[in-house]
Amino acid sequence: MARFVPTVLAGSLLVVACGRATDPSAHSATVFAAASLTDAFTELGDAFLVEQPGADLTFSFASSADLARQVVEGAPVDVFASADLTNMAKVVDAGSASSDPRSFATNRAEIVVAPGNPLDITGVDDLTRDDLVVVVCAPEVPCGTYASEVFDNAGVEFTPASYEANVKAVVTKVTLGEADAGIVYATDVLAAGNAVSGVEIPSDVNVVAEYPIVAVSDNDIAQAFIDFVTGAAGQRILAANGFGAP
Amino acid sequence: MTSLQPGRRTRGRRQPLPAPVFALAMVAIAFFALPFVGLLWRAPWGSMLDVLGQQSVRTALWLSLRTSIAATLLAVVFGVPLAWLLARVPFPGRSAVRALCLLSMVLPPVVGGVALFFSFGRRGLFGQYLDQWFGIRLPFTMWGVVVAQTFVSMPFLVITVEAALRQMDRRYEDAARTLGGSRWYVFRRVTVPAVQPALIAGAVLAWARALGEFGATITFAGNFPGTTQTLPLATYLALETDPDEALVISLLMIAVSFAVLIGLRDRWLGGARAASA
Repeated sequence: MARFVPTVLAGSLLVVACGRATDPSAHSATVFAAASLTDAFTELGDAFLVEQPGADLTFSFASSADLARQVVEGAPVDVFASADLTNMAKVVDAGSASSDPRSFATNRAEIVVAPGNPLDITGVDDLTRDDLVVVVCAPEVPCGTYASEVFDNAGVEFTPASYEANVKAVVTKVTLGEADAGIVYATDVLAAGNAVSGVEIPSDVNVVAEYPIVAVSDNDIAQAFIDFVTGAAGQRILAANGFGAP
Repeated sequence: MTSLQPGRRTRGRRQPLPAPVFALAMVAIAFFALPFVGLLWRAPWGSMLDVLGQQSVRTALWLSLRTSIAATLLAVVFGVPLAWLLARVPFPGRSAVRALCLLSMVLPPVVGGVALFFSFGRRGLFGQYLDQWFGIRLPFTMWGVVVAQTFVSMPFLVITVEAALRQMDRRYEDAARTLGGSRWYVFRRVTVPAVQPALIAGAVLAWARALGEFGATITFAGNFPGTTQTLPLATYLALETDPDEALVISLLMIAVSFAVLIGLRDRWLGGARAASA
């Protein structure tokens, strides 16, 4: 036992030590970005690395609220890109930001339906139909706030079957056929490809989601990445992924 | 029940532990205790009553209690026969069946939820017939929550009861059979009472797992207050906007489960532990 215990402890430490591969050099940066940016930022990261050989980017995608909390709690991160202004404000108010936030993209809400829209859903009014199972994001997350604004704007009283925890969960429910429709971002409909179809929401009832980005460390790569995202090349990639100009 | 009595007597006996074992046990206790200390330290004691008074929190608590108890009952009704089959009946492929029944313990619960969709969802392999023939739809309903909770919690009952059935002295059952007891009578009056401590321990484990279930529930059953929003789901979503509220709900869950675990231990599990020692 006396020999066994130190061996086990040493063994576990070794395993843990091997897990830490990153060394904090100035050539790498960690980017926290809203889940809805997953495809666009992955593509942006690849393009950025072509321009900056030798640099290294690590992405972490989750709900803006989760990420904002992690940033405020001191997560080792260099850039934060949020899907709304509220969560950006949390980071700025907590004193975590080391630059002023810049808007880099906009997004709009869209109705996601089964491929080819077999149930003939034409607008927000249709979502109250009794024969439909409709899911939206929970009011606690940005896409849920936007969804309820859309219903308010349209003057429609609406109760969904479920308040999903994030926008990807709404898309999944429609992809799997469990829900007939949901409200997501236009970019999510584009990202889901042939698995779903989208029904546009007219701009007089729609909302515009503003995406801000900020540096939360003094890392040079972080600043270069923000410049790249807000620059011409970055904007082209964002537009190709369905985002609007800021 | 008399079998519990000798156990009670040995309960107070002190066994000297080797120092390294004792030290490691202390590290283990600290490892479990420290996160809760952290939670209590950050808890917003001032707003505790406000949050607990919220209708949404009480709705989620009530739903959690109902669904987790229903899931535990289902786990007992189906899990005990399954444990009996696995422990007593040799059949080809038994280890494969056992592994299959325990898979949901290692499966990430979210994957479990998606798997439930593919089988019992509205478009699922079997779910489409449930819908067409009986008009039963599980997703987005309270029964969807119960199914998700049963799926992840039943293995805890099955392994506990199966182990007890394997260890049990089968001569009691043989004696009862020789004395003319029917198979059903012996199962009911000899087998089940003999494994009762393990059955209760397994049911408590299953209940605790069902109460804390998150991934499979939010994936398969969705999240709607009063129907599918259990306490873990309410906690998770509250964390997005109001961490203080999330902390209070977590404390509520901890208090409920702690009270049940301690209460049951003193009534039954204390005896069970000593009897099996």
